[in-house]
Amino acid sequence: MIHSLSKKIQKIKFAYLSPDEIRKMSAIKIITADTYNDDGFPIDMGLMDPHLGVIEPGLRCKTCGGKVDECLGHFGHIDLAMPVIHVGYIKEIKKLLQTTCKSCGRILLPKEQIKEHKEALEKVEEMGGDILDFKLVAKETAKDASTRHLCPHCGAEQSKITLDKPTSFRENGHKLTPKEVRERLERIPNEDLFPLGINPDVLRPEWTILTALPVPPVTVRPSITLDSGERSEDDLTHKLVDVLRINQRLRENRDAGAPQLIVEDLWELLQYHITTYFDNQTSGIPPARHRSGRPLKTLTQRLKGKEGRFRSNLSGKRVNFSARTVISPDPSLSINEVGIPVKAARELTIPVRVTEYNANVIRELVKRGPTPEEKEYVPGVNYVVRPDGRRIKVTEKNAEPIAETIDVGYIIERQLQEGDIVLFNRQPSLHRMSMMAHEVRIMPYKTFRLNLCVCPPYNADFDGDEMNLHVLQSEEARAEARILMRVQEHILSPRFGGPVIGAIHDHITGLFLMTHGDTRFDIHQTIRILSRFEDIKLPKPKEENGKKYWTGKQLFSLTLPKDLNMSFKSKICQNCDTCMKEKCELDAYCKIQNGNLICGTVDEQVVGAFKGKVLDKIARDYGSDRAREFIDDITKMAIGSIMIFGFTTGIDDEDIPAEAKEQIGDVLSQAIKKVRDLVNAYQDGILEQMPGRSLEETLEVESMKVLGQARDKAGQIAGKQLGLENSAVIMARSGARGSMLNLSQMAGCLGQQAVRGERLSRGYWHRTLPHFKKGDLGAEARGFVQYSYKSGLEPTEYFFHSMGGREGLVDTAVRTSRSGYMQRRLINALEDLKVKADGTVRNTANTIIQFEFGEDGIDPSRGIQGKAVDVDDILLDVLGEKVFAEVIKEKVIESYGIQEKDLTSIEEMGEEE
Amino acid sequence: MDKLDVRSNELVPQHIPLSREEEKELLKKLGVRKGQLPKIRKSDPCIKILEQIGEVKEGQIIKIVRNSRTARISTAYRMVIKG
Ligand SMILES: [Mg+2]
Ligand SMILES: [Zn+2]
Ligand SMILES: [Zn+2]
Ligand SMILES: [Zn+2]
Repeated sequence: MIHSLSKKIQKIKFAYLSPDEIRKMSAIKIITADTYNDDGFPIDMGLMDPHLGVIEPGLRCKTCGGKVDECLGHFGHIDLAMPVIHVGYIKEIKKLLQTTCKSCGRILLPKEQIKEHKEALEKVEEMGGDILDFKLVAKETAKDASTRHLCPHCGAEQSKITLDKPTSFRENGHKLTPKEVRERLERIPNEDLFPLGINPDVLRPEWTILTALPVPPVTVRPSITLDSGERSEDDLTHKLVDVLRINQRLRENRDAGAPQLIVEDLWELLQYHITTYFDNQTSGIPPARHRSGRPLKTLTQRLKGKEGRFRSNLSGKRVNFSARTVISPDPSLSINEVGIPVKAARELTIPVRVTEYNANVIRELVKRGPTPEEKEYVPGVNYVVRPDGRRIKVTEKNAEPIAETIDVGYIIERQLQEGDIVLFNRQPSLHRMSMMAHEVRIMPYKTFRLNLCVCPPYNADFDGDEMNLHVLQSEEARAEARILMRVQEHILSPRFGGPVIGAIHDHITGLFLMTHGDTRFDIHQTIRILSRFEDIKLPKPKEENGKKYWTGKQLFSLTLPKDLNMSFKSKICQNCDTCMKEKCELDAYCKIQNGNLICGTVDEQVVGAFKGKVLDKIARDYGSDRAREFIDDITKMAIGSIMIFGFTTGIDDEDIPAEAKEQIGDVLSQAIKKVRDLVNAYQDGILEQMPGRSLEETLEVESMKVLGQARDKAGQIAGKQLGLENSAVIMARSGARGSMLNLSQMAGCLGQQAVRGERLSRGYWHRTLPHFKKGDLGAEARGFVQYSYKSGLEPTEYFFHSMGGREGLVDTAVRTSRSGYMQRRLINALEDLKVKADGTVRNTANTIIQFEFGEDGIDPSRGIQGKAVDVDDILLDVLGEKVFAEVIKEKVIESYGIQEKDLTSIEEMGEEE
Repeated sequence: MDKLDVRSNELVPQHIPLSREEEKELLKKLGVRKGQLPKIRKSDPCIKILEQIGEVKEGQIIKIVRNSRTARISTAYRMVIKG
């Protein structure tokens, strides 16, 4: 066992390994390329020598005597017959060869200049400059030196040294052997290294030419035994075998006095093997391959890239006690809950410590085994951990005997059970609401289930989205998650101080249908809706012609707190010149008195995510428990309601009568003609120029204006035919989905297509498509689409539409990548800042970053639209509506907190996402 | 001094050097050591001017009062360091 020891790292130094160091840290010298003998035992002084560590359980390390998990392994080394260049240092070697004299080894600069450069470096060091400044100065020195042709110290003539990728140097066409290179580097005196940016106290340049090669421990390159009993070696081992073989042959040939040519060939081969051992993707040489033809994964490949050690094992890891699957909706769940498939629940466990108080219960739990066969789901136990640390897997067979042995001090790993708290997450995790704590509900089938109201914070839909789940393993973590991370604690967003969790889509439609106008439900319908609630009292019915009925407003009021009072405009309000208030014809003025919806329609502005005012007020004034209850209740209410009405939409929702179509056609052809007139006027030179614009710009602006108006007009004509009996209109007007603009593009006219905010102009020589005359500036030739999605587009129009559509796609692609990078940088900068109890923001060094969080100490999710308090609302509360109206001589306050202008900005933010 | 005094620009917040006693009091109030405060370089244009007037030394605490979007006025403290 490794005992934890905490020490503070003062500094880290990087240097090259010297041959002496390599030999000193080596546990054994490797001389033979063979790994195992015929009996399957590792050969001494081979690549699998037991001195290098152990990988087989039961064996002991010959160096330290440790067993498998105790010994981390030990390095060995290979003595190379001839020196070999290390590819990783090739740039440094080249620089050193070019800047120093070939015969005396000094820097190719006169003494005074060396001194100057040295002083410049010392100054940087003194000023506390970082490594980059340092490198910059050293680079300058190297640049000065490498241009000299005569050595100022010994007068030797210098020749040009070039690098033949990847590892051979040439001097005037003559090849330098690694040995020669090493000799030159050895000649460089210590005092000349510093001006080149090298600290001679920690490294010598000749160490970049290897004379000994470290052999990593076997734990770094474990061999695996296949099912067939065959051994399969790691890629690194394969590579080291190659190195050893060639090294051996090279030594033999050299010692036997073989011809220079053969020795040189072998030397080069050794260089190749060692180069590919370091990096098998070195450019200029073919990668070393496995027998099967697969390129070997050598040292560099282990570290580099997405699948490398850094990105996939160090910055991010796979974790235990987690699950991932497709999500699907379930309106019967609370927003605080998450549905987990039985199969997943039986794999995910929570450790429970056995105490004298729970021992009996736990024995019963263990007795059930890992797969209890009860009618309802009950948690079983997967593992039992004895006080000595031994883990025993519980099976159906051993469950009973193990249960008997359970005693205080044991820990059992219990399967998930209803009510457990887990973390639920969807990528990309851009804000804190991307990971929230949910309570477990065990369910059949294979998907995670969630309430639809939590879709907006996760930005989830059900077109195949998958989500992750993490089971918390400690009591502290669970407590923290329950208090801080539970869904209900995140209803109000810190981004804009309004609700991010709330009704969407069908919930809004359902409540709209229920509450709009004088909607009535008979006893059967009422019971059907209310039967979804566990504990609710049937309100007093109204009566007409002896028939009992309940109004939708009455039923909706059941979800409201009994002392809630507010009044504001619904989403469907058309902003009439003088608001009729309670008598609004559209039923768009919402008034809630003592928890009763007196008038008005419930829509996006009332309960919607991002905009719901009632939701906002309840979350703020009544707390998160009440807000959660409210959201759960309106979910039930909305689903109950929409299932009574039935709701569907289809292409025939965009059907409009022939006269309307004719009207639209007239409007459009008039507009097109108007544009033609403008173009003619421009060509005749009688177009009146707008101030500050060229004639061309005037034409563009004018025609855009005309065509824009025409499209709006067409939309209006189409819109007039589509009333509130139309499903698509209900969705658009109530804010459930889509907009009236979408509808007018489907039913009326698509309008002008634009790229970069201008009419289309590019494509062919002086025209957009060959279907038009060159220089045609008319509406049709410049991307005006006069048909609708419903009627279908002309081929040219279809092409223009895809031009406009392409711009949108490119924009989003560019924007997401850019904002993703910005987000990353921001998060890295703020990562471990913390607001302390005294209100200061501090970093991990405990130094102050901000004296008061946000300068005002306000939690943006608790404040109102960024302000600490809403004075108007408090006044309204304290004074009552009448007095308040007198006090504030202006109009009666129309909204709670959120003002109309704020709303539009929120809307824009939402759309941008 | 014919050079421009940056402090006269409305975008430059007020820099007020604290006295020994005020420093002591502040550190007591905040419950921190001097080193835990944010820093300001001696080469900062404002500090340069204060230095010329002879009001600041290295290690002294400067009170900075600036306009804030959230709190209208906010106060921060910085310790003068070399550089
Ligand atoms: Mg999706
Ligand atoms: Zn060992
Ligand atoms: Zn020389
Ligand atoms: Zn109205």
